[in-house]
Amino acid sequence: MGKTILPYIISGISVGGQYALIAIGYTMVYGILRLINFAHGDVFMVAGLMMVYMAAAMPLYIAIPLMIVLTVLLGFLIERVAYRPLRTAPRMSVMISAIGVSYLIQNLALYITGGLNKNYPSIPWISDRVHVLGLETSRVTIITPFLTLLLVVLLVLLINHTKIGMAMRAVSLNFETSQLMGIRINNVISATFIIGTFLAAVGSMLFFTNYPGVVPTSGAMPGLKAFVAAVFGGIGSIPGAVIGAFIIGVAESLIKGLDTILIVNGTITEQIGFATFSDAFTFVLLIIVLVFKPTGLFGEKTTDKV
Amino acid sequence: MKKILALALVFCLVAAFAAVAYADNPVVKIGVFEPQSGDNGAGGKQEVLGMQYANKMTPTVEIDGVTYDVQLVFADNASSNDKAPTAAQDLISNGVSLVLGSYGSGVSIAASDTFLNAGVPAIGVTCTNPQVTAGCDVYFRICFLDPFQGTVLANFAKSELGASKAYCLAKLGDDYSGGLCNYFIDAFGKDNCVYEQFPEGTSDFSTYITNAQNQGCDVFFSPVSTEAAAQIIAKADTQALGMPILAGDTWDSNVILNAAKGTDVRICVTTFYQEGANAEFDAGIKEWINSDATALANNGGNDELAAVTVMGYDAYYVALEALKAAGSVDPEAVLEVLPGVTYEGVTGNIAFDDIGDALRDSAFVKECNTETGVWDFVTVATVG
Repeated sequence: MGKTILPYIISGISVGGQYALIAIGYTMVYGILRLINFAHGDVFMVAGLMMVYMAAAMPLYIAIPLMIVLTVLLGFLIERVAYRPLRTAPRMSVMISAIGVSYLIQNLALYITGGLNKNYPSIPWISDRVHVLGLETSRVTIITPFLTLLLVVLLVLLINHTKIGMAMRAVSLNFETSQLMGIRINNVISATFIIGTFLAAVGSMLFFTNYPGVVPTSGAMPGLKAFVAAVFGGIGSIPGAVIGAFIIGVAESLIKGLDTILIVNGTITEQIGFATFSDAFTFVLLIIVLVFKPTGLFGEKTTDKV
Repeated sequence: MKKILALALVFCLVAAFAAVAYADNPVVKIGVFEPQSGDNGAGGKQEVLGMQYANKMTPTVEIDGVTYDVQLVFADNASSNDKAPTAAQDLISNGVSLVLGSYGSGVSIAASDTFLNAGVPAIGVTCTNPQVTAGCDVYFRICFLDPFQGTVLANFAKSELGASKAYCLAKLGDDYSGGLCNYFIDAFGKDNCVYEQFPEGTSDFSTYITNAQNQGCDVFFSPVSTEAAAQIIAKADTQALGMPILAGDTWDSNVILNAAKGTDVRICVTTFYQEGANAEFDAGIKEWINSDATALANNGGNDELAAVTVMGYDAYYVALEALKAAGSVDPEAVLEVLPGVTYEGVTGNIAFDDIGDALRDSAFVKECNTETGVWDFVTVATVG
């Protein structure tokens, strides 16, 4: 029984870790700007594409840092060009601008790649096959959750113990007041985008090493799932996003394998076809959360002042 | 996308003016209804290569005593069933005499009504689902069908691979992989098959691999798009799948070869053409691919021939035969003579039955050589 379920759990935790790295970007930007940055999933895809092209032109030890730097730059520029000029506009305008950026990036990628699948370069060591607990899997699958947790701990330390972290907390609490207190709000927002895209770039490296094919829509599904994870955990909360992402990753993986688990277990003899509904499950979960606990698992409680 | 479309329109305009200004010959237009992006973009581009090469070799056709220049008109159906009718309509508005394509059965089925209403004949090149021609009087095709292909694969799995239990994986809502899986299951025996579907946008195939291993299957049948195939092969390698992967004509592509090279995954496919069957043709088209940077890129960066390219080449000549026989560029006249058209192509004899399907009774089986990254010929399979 344990041997049957274990591979699903491991692969689920690994996918969850990758969703978590993307979900943090969503949740941090929402926490500060109250904006759902729809272009985040596409930045993740661009990080993958850049790696494909750069790995062909230069050695990996240059390509990887350069890819991360360029992705961070892209995230910074998006905020600068598409969101900052709309700072005083209604929130809906910024949201529409975000959707526009998302489509712009996707279509540019389509134009550059010609719509074809690009094979992600295999990064030595982390893409090697390893033998763990009687299973064959790639090393990146094992590393992902640990690396994710390490980055999250560092992030939490940054937010709780540094000046910029304090500024972020202040801005997310009250935008105008913190401005009055002398916090340079634009710097804080830029820092948020830089951290978010940095994590997305690392996430993209782990994700595409595990599932090596990049197309212009590669960012759409992981982006959407990460967004669901962020909402599930309570948008605006970093631990919430991480826990939400792990839950969604594991649950999705288990649903895909549920038929097999039950058949091997002897509970059922005929297939039911749960695997077909693995994506549907994620979005049903989103609806249920929104209906019963709109603020998510760790969401901030809002008290309306009358 | 809009950029490409705008460029294509500008190009069409320029081409039209150029044709009016300089060409002495009248022009006959052949529509190319193929995916250039999306899941099947790679395959569509390879199929188009064959047509472009044929067009370069034979740029004119004599219709009723007049020499016409043949112009290929392209429309991208984006591998998407909802974009297919628009792309088809584009071709019809462009005044094409007949249409070639598409790679991928779903888009062909989706566009069949558009062609039917306009009365423009279409010749499917490698769309193997029976539905393409069954419900549509204007759709013909030059390739074998999935019931045949599914049976060939099931027989191969049983007798050559000695499999007793098969894992079948299809993409949800995809006519090609879903159809082929069903025919495979029919031939293999329903009780011995595990059938699962994955939703659009899936990139994590590790659980499906685990499912196949846990259920004790002996063969992994997944005739899905090459994009998903690359992911499946990668995961099969890292998770030590331990059973051969079997697929249909879609996998006969260098996307698969590139993904499988250096792994220890065994892959067998059925296909329309085996490289080396016609050495003269092979040499000619390879020379052209290597001399044209765009063609080389569209072929995946090397000159390994895909069977769909060769099918595209034959389809072009079938279209020319039809135009000659019709003695007119009018789609209606072409449609009238098309059922009687025969042609001896590189991939074998082409003739149509009552429904408009090709009369073909053999398929090539190839196996991927993971050391050298080329296809090794296994056998010619027939059913009967």
